Amino acid sequence: MRDSIAFLLGDTPRTLRGVDPTMTVLEYLRGPERRCGTKEGCAEGDCGACTVVLGRPRADPGAAPGTMTYEPVNSCILFLHALDGCQLLTVEDLHVHGAKLHPVQQAMVDHHASQCGFCTPGFVMSVFALTQSAASVPDRAGINTALAGNLCRCTGYLPIVAAAKAACAAPVSRDDATTVQRLRAMRDPAPVRLAAAGTTLFVPTGVDDLVRLLAAHPDATILAGGTDVGLWVTKQHRRLPVIVSLEAVEGLDRIVLCEDRIEIGARVTLEALLPVLAGPYPAFAAMLRRFGSRQVRMRATLCGNVANGSPIGDTPPALIALGAEVRLRGAGGARTMPVEDFFLGYRQTALALGEFVERIDIPRPRMGERFHVWKVSKRFEQDISAVCGAFRLTLDGATIAEARIGFGGIAAIPFRARATEATLTGGLWHEATLASSRETLARELTPISDMRASADYRRIVACNLLTKLHAETWSPGATPALAEIAA
Amino acid sequence: MKTAPVLDAPVLDAPVLGAPRPHDSAAWHVDGQALYLDDIAEPAGLLHAVIGLSRVAHARFPAPDLSEVAASPGVAAVLMARDVPGVNDVGPSFPGDPIFADGLVEYHGQSVFVVAAETLEQARAAAALARIDYEVLKPVLTIDEALAAQSFVLPTQVMRRGDADAALARAPRRLKGRLLIGGQDHFYLEGQIAMAIPGEGDDMHLFSSTQHPTEVQHLTARALGIADHNVVCESRRLGGGFGGKESQASQIAVIAALLAARTRRPVKLRLDRDDDMVLTGKRHDFRTDWDVGFDDTGRIEGITFELASRCGISPDLSGAINDRAMFHSDNAYFLGNATIVSHRCKTNMVSATAFRGFGGPQGMMGIEAVMDAIARHLRLDPLDVRKRNFYGGAGRDETHYGMRVENFPVPAIIRQLEASSEYAARRRAIDTFNATSRWSKRGLALTPVKFGIAFTLLRMNQAGALVHVYTDGSVMLNHGGIEMGQGLFVKVAQIVADAFGVPLDRIKNTATSTAKVPNTSPTAASSGTDLNGHAAHNAACIIRARLAAVVAAEFGVDEASIAFRAGQVVAGDRALPFVDAVRLAYSQRVQLSAAGFYRTPKIHYDYATHRGRPFLYFACGAAVAEVEIDTLTGEYRLHRADIVHDCGRSLNPAVDRGQIEGGFVQGMGWLTTEELVWDTDGVLRTHAPSTYKIPSCGDVPTALHIDFFDDVEDADGAVHKSKAVGEPPLMLGIAVFQALQDAVCAACPGDAPRLDAPATPERVLMAIAAHRARQPA
Repeated sequence: MRDSIAFLLGDTPRTLRGVDPTMTVLEYLRGPERRCGTKEGCAEGDCGACTVVLGRPRADPGAAPGTMTYEPVNSCILFLHALDGCQLLTVEDLHVHGAKLHPVQQAMVDHHASQCGFCTPGFVMSVFALTQSAASVPDRAGINTALAGNLCRCTGYLPIVAAAKAACAAPVSRDDATTVQRLRAMRDPAPVRLAAAGTTLFVPTGVDDLVRLLAAHPDATILAGGTDVGLWVTKQHRRLPVIVSLEAVEGLDRIVLCEDRIEIGARVTLEALLPVLAGPYPAFAAMLRRFGSRQVRMRATLCGNVANGSPIGDTPPALIALGAEVRLRGAGGARTMPVEDFFLGYRQTALALGEFVERIDIPRPRMGERFHVWKVSKRFEQDISAVCGAFRLTLDGATIAEARIGFGGIAAIPFRARATEATLTGGLWHEATLASSRETLARELTPISDMRASADYRRIVACNLLTKLHAETWSPGATPALAEIAA
Repeated sequence: MKTAPVLDAPVLDAPVLGAPRPHDSAAWHVDGQALYLDDIAEPAGLLHAVIGLSRVAHARFPAPDLSEVAASPGVAAVLMARDVPGVNDVGPSFPGDPIFADGLVEYHGQSVFVVAAETLEQARAAAALARIDYEVLKPVLTIDEALAAQSFVLPTQVMRRGDADAALARAPRRLKGRLLIGGQDHFYLEGQIAMAIPGEGDDMHLFSSTQHPTEVQHLTARALGIADHNVVCESRRLGGGFGGKESQASQIAVIAALLAARTRRPVKLRLDRDDDMVLTGKRHDFRTDWDVGFDDTGRIEGITFELASRCGISPDLSGAINDRAMFHSDNAYFLGNATIVSHRCKTNMVSATAFRGFGGPQGMMGIEAVMDAIARHLRLDPLDVRKRNFYGGAGRDETHYGMRVENFPVPAIIRQLEASSEYAARRRAIDTFNATSRWSKRGLALTPVKFGIAFTLLRMNQAGALVHVYTDGSVMLNHGGIEMGQGLFVKVAQIVADAFGVPLDRIKNTATSTAKVPNTSPTAASSGTDLNGHAAHNAACIIRARLAAVVAAEFGVDEASIAFRAGQVVAGDRALPFVDAVRLAYSQRVQLSAAGFYRTPKIHYDYATHRGRPFLYFACGAAVAEVEIDTLTGEYRLHRADIVHDCGRSLNPAVDRGQIEGGFVQGMGWLTTEELVWDTDGVLRTHAPSTYKIPSCGDVPTALHIDFFDDVEDADGAVHKSKAVGEPPLMLGIAVFQALQDAVCAACPGDAPRLDAPATPERVLMAIAAHRARQPA
């Protein structure tokens, strides 16, 4: 057991001990390090002004030895332990004062991409990460995906897009081999325990240790990516006495491709999952591209999106419609249940004390099955759904052999529309069945009115998504694919 | 190691005026060096402050029990209303904005007390311990409630031209309508912040993220009960302002100063995003009722507008903002017979304040809705109706407040834009698309902007500058303007560099400070370059004349033959490097420092009769927007936008282009996804970017084409014939709203449902759903 973490700040080794485990990386940079290039715009991971880059040795099979990945993350909601074993890069690391600007920075100047300049360091880091990961110059959609998590109130974005394109056209690689060597030399496989300021944070390294810790601390906050838990600290100013982090637990970061299903471990991020789902479930992947932002998806996990029990999570409707299962594990062993059974009430789940969500299994598509998921929100990118509807339809000719429907944003929990499924199943997928299923759905929904949408709007949209499903079934592309516009 | 710049190297004779120079801080923005207020090295002993906010919208309360707050760990001071030694009010023109609520809270989130502690965390923890017993009163929240209760912050105003009632009565056609227009949060990326450092005696040095350092200085002195000369307010740059730091920064700075005076320690007050959005004011929302009479071609014969805006609890700047809404109720159209009534409603909400456009956008939204309604009624393209109503032609050149509209460029701008945007062809293409597309509909709209330039408060139309030339030939520039991202500093530096004929890097902008240039106006009303550029030009010209006299004597030529260019002072075939001329002047004991001044000419206005010339000139432009909506969800995307805007002779086309692009997108955000939601208790539910959605990268199409207006002869009095460009482009975003209106009408054949703003996906869908519900099954 260690009581410290070690990382590279730029190229300088840092060892931290005795720090408040819920201090954010942003607070650390602006406070003890007096690195003020990184800004706080919102302290909730929504504006990207605090974007920094985490570098780590590539671990994926097929990666060239001595190469790194560079992940843009929101430092305002990232706790310090996440830095352990990584290289932390901030806007100050891209060039040394007095020397020439880094090409990304120079491109931003050349394209007049800063006005007030407050969001600029965050954009610089997002673009820098893009230059390190993009195999070729991304198209506009690719740049939007990379920049959706950075808000700018001055420029209207196009100069930044132009700068990003220019920077990606001439990427400058870093001395990855040296960094990998240094990080390898620093690496300490021992689990971590940080305790200060009334919080104890454990970073176990094995599943058995994790189970034991949770049994010993059944009230512990389980922390995966921290894109929700981070806000409990930065927005609600809560003190969390015990936190158990999944950050270093071996095996939980695995995606296992089985013949009949895809097993997704607790620590698998949405960004890692996205390309895996693009083949079997392109609609799911397209929705994930609008889930949070790249900075959020770099940290947020599929299992966390289910485990936090929110009624407005975007993945539960899709998982419900797909018949996915959630596997829970605790000292008493493991158990598996359909995702829809996991949600008991508003922010209440089937997770017993001492248990954690170990993985989620998504079945692979079967013949004759079609899957759609639509996220409807006020803003297209990086918004929380007013309504998210997911549909899996198995057709036998024009007859609906099976229908599974999941909704988010229309009840206290992610909702499986069983009555509507029953109305559809066995029917001919024609206008009459559409009309009756719309009626059933309108009856079984209990949406609320809030700042995102009115109950009436949510109900109409939910029913219209059935119409969309019908239209897309019989003439694919009949309804607008707004994602493809505007680029 | 840094080497000193070589200042007397020969330079090319490249014009600096009109060159697309980068923002003065661009390199520091991108490498993280640019110091915003929170980045300045903190003085030893700094305390951090947190404001205790009201939890109800309207209530009486006895003196709160703050003993637990004061006893909380790390707390150094707790202040409330009774602790203010001077005046407990930061109202900019009228009283009504208490620093701390005194026995009565009037909006949810109002400041009740403040606590300063050793750390921010301690201050936050302490603030949560306050015990306040609210005796809850019924709040007035909506415009309807305020009108019913005759609850106003300022008296109702009326502007009249001709006889609207008679014209309405005799007009061949008549329509009435109502438009609701939402407010807007500024969402500057850098939140409100101030730091106060007490000095000897009554001295107080303030760092404030403000658009109006002079007002911060004066209000701080008034709150502390000391003379203005004790207070210095300094500001190098803002991480965005947009009007949100014109009057709203004062309270933050004053509270920091009160704590600093009490504790004799430096104090920083930085609002977190939620507190910022709850505690500080936003754009006014409006309810606009209109009644228009017109002929069979769509030309307006008479019109009445009844504007009612939600001003919140106090006048703040609402008088001038609502005046500007009235001034812009014509936008680019001649209103021969018009009556415009403006109610300034008092509600139990945060006081609404300045926001880019300052009421002008809301005024224009009304008349653009009228244009669209007339066109739908007559089944005409709205552009044709707009054209028929432009100023121009005999007897059609005077506004409803009696100002002549001269050299009106809008028809020519529209001609340029119709051609560049291929409006007619695209209108046909969209009609064809809509005829065959069942679930997807497209909309197209072209709207103009005519925006009056000058502060409508006469005394604000003045500016000062301070220019020092040092003996190495470098120039220090200071003026009353604030750099908040709009590129003011580089533009003014270009003007000074041009005056001295030296390269731009010889000119250094320094932090705006009330100790250098006093009694300044806010950087607002798009006036920053017009006013401060003129003042700096004036200062530079004073020094230049002195240098010219020295060099003329040296060369034995007439002063009039001296020119300053390419780093040289030139007369005929003789030339002296600028730095040598400076050294020569210094050796002859000639002053190399000057204060410059400017006052805007020609403007005048009589508020009693609402007649006069409130503006020096109009800044104009126009935009075409094309959108596509999903009629099943109400979601939409902007496909393409084309803009032609008149910047006069642009001082810096890169900066001006940035203002146009950014203003358009900000205006689009106001009218589409930016929705402020207050609940029935008067609590703002959208107080962070997770719930309040400004445009993001993907909302802006690559096909956003921006052209400057070709024909720029009209530029009355603006510096070097440039034109103000800060606010006007925001109103180009109205084209997006009108395009959505067009698409909604395409989705509702035989019907013309009116959209309110912001046109969220919900509003778009509900308009269509209501139409569908009206159709026979």
